[in-house]
Amino acid sequence: MSHKKFSVINTPVHNIDGIAKVTGRATYTFDVKLPGMLYGKILRSPHPHAKIINIDTTRAMELPGVHAVVTGKDTLGIKQGIWRRYEELCDEQILPLEKVRYIGEPVAAVAAVTEEIAEAALDLIDVEYEVLPAVYEPLEAIKKDAPTIHEGVERNINVTRHIEWGDVDEGFEQADYIREDWFKCSGQHHMCMETRAAVSNFTPEGKLTVWTSTQSAYYHQALLAGVFGLREGDVRILAPYVGGGFGGKFEIDSAQFCSGILSMKLHKPVKIVLTREEDFIASKRRTPMFYYVRTGMKKDGTFVARESRMFSNGGAYTGMGATALYLSGFFHSFPYKWQSYRYDGYRVYTNTMPSTSMRGFGAPQAMFCSEQQIDWMCADLGLDPFEVRRKNGHTEGYEVPGQAFIASCGLEQCINEIEKWVKSKGKLPANRGIGISSCGFMSGGIFNWFDSPYSFSSAVITINVDGTVELHVGCQDIGQGSNTTMAIIAAETLGVKVEDIRVHSGDTAHCPADLGAWGSRQTLMAGNAVKMACEDAKKQLLEFAYAEMGINIVYDLDIKDRWVHIVARPERGMKYEDLVKKALRAKDGQRIMGRGYYTPHRKGMISPAYSYMMQAVDAEIDPETGKIKIHEVMTAHDCGQPINPLGLIGQLEGAASMALGYAYLEDMPFEDGKMMNPNLVDYKVIRAPEMPKTDIIEIDTYEPEGPYGAKEAGEGLTNPTAAALGNAVFNALGIQMKELPITPERVRKALAEKKEAQK
Amino acid sequence: MKKQVLTFRVNGDEYEILIHPKTLLADAIREHVGLTGTKRGCDTVSCGACTVMVNGMSVKSCSVLAIQCEGMDITTVEGLEENGKLSPIQRAFLDNGSYQCGFCTPGMLMSSTAFLNEMGDKKPSEEEIRESIEGNICRCTGYNSIVRAIDAVAQGKYKEE
Repeated sequence: MSHKKFSVINTPVHNIDGIAKVTGRATYTFDVKLPGMLYGKILRSPHPHAKIINIDTTRAMELPGVHAVVTGKDTLGIKQGIWRRYEELCDEQILPLEKVRYIGEPVAAVAAVTEEIAEAALDLIDVEYEVLPAVYEPLEAIKKDAPTIHEGVERNINVTRHIEWGDVDEGFEQADYIREDWFKCSGQHHMCMETRAAVSNFTPEGKLTVWTSTQSAYYHQALLAGVFGLREGDVRILAPYVGGGFGGKFEIDSAQFCSGILSMKLHKPVKIVLTREEDFIASKRRTPMFYYVRTGMKKDGTFVARESRMFSNGGAYTGMGATALYLSGFFHSFPYKWQSYRYDGYRVYTNTMPSTSMRGFGAPQAMFCSEQQIDWMCADLGLDPFEVRRKNGHTEGYEVPGQAFIASCGLEQCINEIEKWVKSKGKLPANRGIGISSCGFMSGGIFNWFDSPYSFSSAVITINVDGTVELHVGCQDIGQGSNTTMAIIAAETLGVKVEDIRVHSGDTAHCPADLGAWGSRQTLMAGNAVKMACEDAKKQLLEFAYAEMGINIVYDLDIKDRWVHIVARPERGMKYEDLVKKALRAKDGQRIMGRGYYTPHRKGMISPAYSYMMQAVDAEIDPETGKIKIHEVMTAHDCGQPINPLGLIGQLEGAASMALGYAYLEDMPFEDGKMMNPNLVDYKVIRAPEMPKTDIIEIDTYEPEGPYGAKEAGEGLTNPTAAALGNAVFNALGIQMKELPITPERVRKALAEKKEAQK
Repeated sequence: MKKQVLTFRVNGDEYEILIHPKTLLADAIREHVGLTGTKRGCDTVSCGACTVMVNGMSVKSCSVLAIQCEGMDITTVEGLEENGKLSPIQRAFLDNGSYQCGFCTPGMLMSSTAFLNEMGDKKPSEEEIRESIEGNICRCTGYNSIVRAIDAVAQGKYKEE
């Protein structure tokens, strides 16, 4: 437990970018306008699978106002992917040379003086295709006679993952009850309010500057340098304010790539902003997954064995999908101590838009299957679902065999709190049910398949003569408030106030390298780097303070609230700003700088720390229409030491809204490879009137690996909701929902099947 | 079609701009007047990121032609503050953490402002508050912090003596 007195941490503060955002001063890539800037548009494939025979750009080039038209032939033809340590995972040419593999794949791009002219020019590009047979579903695509999507890839199996511990066969022998189910989990679109956008500016010095909406400036610097044949140092990425990410903005997108190619050809700035429709059909999405789950339990509820097979719809390319395959299988075991566990994941290419990471990173799908099946087994055996979860749940000091070490864990307290809350609700009216789901999540991935085997974060601080601080970080604020989190950690460590810290991020020319915002890595990893950088600078200041104050070094000195003092006699000290001024003057103009980094060596296979939570969803279902009304969502949550309580609540409420969307509203139906609802009229996200009350109980734990005890918050809470809603529907109507989202049609179908079975 | 002259007021200042008659109000504000606080998030009048006030009424500025606003008063997010002093709803958004990525925030603030103006001294119900921002999508916050902010202003918490 923490119980530590903090000066800054755990006090609600306004986000440091709040005033910019509520006054319209915050500028996004969408708002960037450079002198002489041209506008780009992208021609996209109407076919799910076709050979490109010929592209004739003559007529488009003749249109007045058009400056350039590019196709695959204007590129280096490099097959790229985000996991570039593995050549076989680099399979995507943006502007392909030979064939297209999904509807919406870019085939050509135009730069013109206005967006309208660029758009008109697209109609004048003549593309000759040879249409090929296509396949859209993973269970079809793995068949022997299915069309080949990538040459040499047998049965279209892109990546496989195997996770195993214990003796699974022996485990099933010991089981008193075994149950198996198939589940189908849908995709989901990130639907960032700011669509993918980039302004590329290549100048005759041979240097490229790209303003873009990104979750990782460093990834984009390295990836774009790679595909354009430039040195990384000659590519500068500027991420102004970013209008949302949610896992969808750290691979190269067509706006970045096409604007870059056009700008390099023309030596002029080129801006491309995807339309909402393009963003829907031709970016990426949450990975749709088919899960087969077989679970063995003792009569008393002890989990003895689980064996799962998962087939994911990978779409046309790998991207970040390989990681979702791995993490889904790992979190499918969470948060329980399985005596034996086996997972086999198959990521299958199909002729649909690629799938990738999205908030929760494969875990929401895994939990939907796991947490519902557990409740059904409890019902079959007459066991209490809270008791069974408590009995098998992770505890402090547990080791997931060969995978992970659990240092802090508030799961049991989460279960107790939610049990109390559910019981306080008493008997519910007809057609109404409360469902529960527990889960956990990572605080950043240990693995890194980009350039180095380990992931890393870094930070640099400089103290100005007046005591204000320049904090340079490579982590990326995409709205989740990481810049504010870093400012709080810096202020706490240095002993100053949040307003003393100016955070510099999102600029590869001035900020240190860092993998950026994904997998909930920043609070723990970048937070530790910031803490170390500030400790480094503080040490230099305090060394000077000993001399200046004439104190024997047996006394500890510290700084708190801008007061440098002897720890044992806090009244004896001097003002922080006076100390800084004297220290800087004494150093012949040298600045006081601190450097910090973090890399998780020897911390298991997955993550250095895990958050835990349990959620309950109170829902009412109309049995006639199948329509669901969510009354309330209640969460008990262990994220270690909260850093900014105001930001934390925002992240958790936001996770609930996105996860509820996944549970019962958001769907991406395809017909013959074509997404049927690529607009915000037909793609239903949750809106204010549907959003229920979402209270949160924070469980007090302390994570030894995290900065000041902090760990993941905000992504993990996307995981339990679909399962909890499924369990609410089960408790209300006795039907088992095996497909997402839980739409009125699916509820009605399940009710009809139940009626049929009772006959 | 020939370009036409449009005269209108934006945040109290009069502008005379030459525009194509098909230009949307959102684009006139962003491209011609140069105020980029107003955003766009869709092409189907669905997301509300472009919401402004036209003669005091909240309007999705992608749903009207600029030329229809001849002689009218437009207020954008940039017009909410006065010499650096934030309006009550802006301050309430800060206190309640009612924004994250911030892209929907300008539109959300304009819908909220129009609603609060319309309410006057009347205290709206939570349901009414939620309906007032039904046309605005926020992908980050889950809306509840925005509802708390609007409610705080409606309850008079930000009233100046």
